[in-house]
Amino acid sequence: MIEQFDPLKGERLQVLDESGKARASLEPALAAADRRRIYELMVLSRAADAKALKLQRQGRMGTFASSLGHEACQVGTASGLAGGDWFFPYFRDLGAYLTLGYPLDVYYHYWMGNEAGLRTPDGLNIFPLAIPVASQIVHAVGAGMAANYRKLRIAVAATFGDGATSEGDFHEAMNFAGVFKTPNVFVCYNNQFAISVPRSRQTASATIAQKALAYGFGGVQVDGNDVLAVYAAVKEAADRARAGGGPTLIEAYTYRMGDHTTSDDASRYRSKDDVADWEKRDPVLRFRLYLKGKGEWDEAYEKTLQEKTAAVVEKAVEAAEARPAATAEDLFVYTYAAMTPNLQEELADLKESLKGASR
Amino acid sequence: MTRTMAQAINQALAQEMASDDRYVLLGEDVGRDGGVFRVTEGLVDRFGPERVIDTPLAESGAVGAAVGMAALGLRPIVEIQFMGFIYPAFNQIVSHVARLRNRTRGRFAVSLVIRTPYGAGVRALEHHSESTEALFCQIPGLVVVVPSEPAEAKGLLTASLRSDDPVIFLEPTRLYRAEKQEVPDEAYELPLGRARIVREGKDVTVVAWGAMIPVARKAADMAQAGGVEVEIVDLRTLSPMDREAVVGSVKKTGRAVVLHEAPKTCGLGAEIAALIGERALLSLKAPVLRVTGQDITVPLLKSEDDYYPNPERLARAVRRVMEF
Repeated sequence: MIEQFDPLKGERLQVLDESGKARASLEPALAAADRRRIYELMVLSRAADAKALKLQRQGRMGTFASSLGHEACQVGTASGLAGGDWFFPYFRDLGAYLTLGYPLDVYYHYWMGNEAGLRTPDGLNIFPLAIPVASQIVHAVGAGMAANYRKLRIAVAATFGDGATSEGDFHEAMNFAGVFKTPNVFVCYNNQFAISVPRSRQTASATIAQKALAYGFGGVQVDGNDVLAVYAAVKEAADRARAGGGPTLIEAYTYRMGDHTTSDDASRYRSKDDVADWEKRDPVLRFRLYLKGKGEWDEAYEKTLQEKTAAVVEKAVEAAEARPAATAEDLFVYTYAAMTPNLQEELADLKESLKGASR
Repeated sequence: MTRTMAQAINQALAQEMASDDRYVLLGEDVGRDGGVFRVTEGLVDRFGPERVIDTPLAESGAVGAAVGMAALGLRPIVEIQFMGFIYPAFNQIVSHVARLRNRTRGRFAVSLVIRTPYGAGVRALEHHSESTEALFCQIPGLVVVVPSEPAEAKGLLTASLRSDDPVIFLEPTRLYRAEKQEVPDEAYELPLGRARIVREGKDVTVVAWGAMIPVARKAADMAQAGGVEVEIVDLRTLSPMDREAVVGSVKKTGRAVVLHEAPKTCGLGAEIAALIGERALLSLKAPVLRVTGQDITVPLLKSEDDYYPNPERLARAVRRVMEF
């Protein structure tokens, strides 16, 4: 299906229009329970994100990168993967983390300033989110090379923003992926801004999707505010990867509704009109309208869901804040496989200095 | 059987790869060409192109891919063609390789060896002669190893390959074929994090590694002729450093000269001098001196010997600490 949308002709895959109406020929075959699951994850992602911003303002969380507006990209991408697949996220991927089953309290714990929150629970194939831009894309390619070597039938997905496509690691990753025909799904959340610098300053290409062609594989642009479009494209690309068909680059065209992080003020570099225009394309609202059209959404369901979601988020905050603080040992023991004599001395010295110290 | 260092490294790679299929080797020209120094010669024939992988010409890509391979349980070995070309991979090494274990509290770790030829003395082009080992010693989580002889290279590389920590394995280009030495045929490890005493002496400690060890030996012979006994400590692992070996030797001799090929300022010699100052001050009979490369860009081949520490410069420093 994704071949039907040629990025060189400016074609973009969209399943749901802004009123939530589906193009029947493209509508993925999902059960009602799966549709509701996707919706509930988008709602949870948005609520968890809003809560994180509040906690940051209250001094209970560190700098936070909001996912507002990316719910379709994130939940759609993660929903398109299967058990056994691997995921290499970037730092703005809350919805994907939640969709893949990462506990929200653990996720919060990381952003509250504790590395323990980045310890992926056993059994989940999620690599720790990358902060250095684009550096995770080559990791995903290496994982894909390992999957080929081990003859594992898995897909390996990586996510990144539009700014990442300017980095050398993006190019090196795409190039390796093409050469080694790795089972990768690359999903670029093109949210139009790398902090303040617009997409037009990242590349002179008409689309990011078309870059794939130069690396010898396919690329497709999808509506990043349409969770079904993202899901359908990722699922098809992941199925193809698992079957030995090589990599795919998916450009999810979206908009960052929030600031870059809590340390940013987006009003310095973009207009209210732009933001208002994108509010009309809200990904959660669009999917809600779609469910409503199918008779799978009503006010009572929404009310219950919002209450349930708020409770889940509150519980996660409590759990995150109840998680143990890092000990002095925690800071040292994971530097090497075994503690070195030097680190043992430094740790002993730190503990000595902490005795009776006011913190 | 006697082997060059290049052959000893080749044998270590072959033996570990034969014993465990998690090892894969990747880099530029490591396959058909056997590497520009022929260190990986024959490995692609033996283990196949799935395990001896000629990558596109991209150092960050190769190291970054190795990180992802390690996530899926492989033990990649990356060859960077020359240390002067490792810098495109520096972000991957510093931001991921070195800290993955810590930032995931042990869930993920990179069991990875990055091998690269380094150092001056082979009359190469620009960028082929640097020794910037101190850059890597500043990064917590990395192990930095430099062998000085063929048998040492085999044992240290085997230990590096079996280590669960990421190792930067620096191979002195000058020593690849400088000598042949008896190297045991069977696989063996030499301990990481442990220095060795190359030569015992009671008067002056010389701390050195890699291609500086032969320089130190020559200078020690010159000093011996004048009745001065030099003790040579070969660090072998630069980080984490065997501080006890250094301090123990200096406590015995009371004098120390650090010898390295890298520039003096902020080089490892400064760290070693500080260590001696902290732990052996009252044993010192003279200031700790450093004999190093100059604080300049490594010159082109015609002037290379003016840059590189030689036995005469070291012998002069030994005389100075004796006469202090």
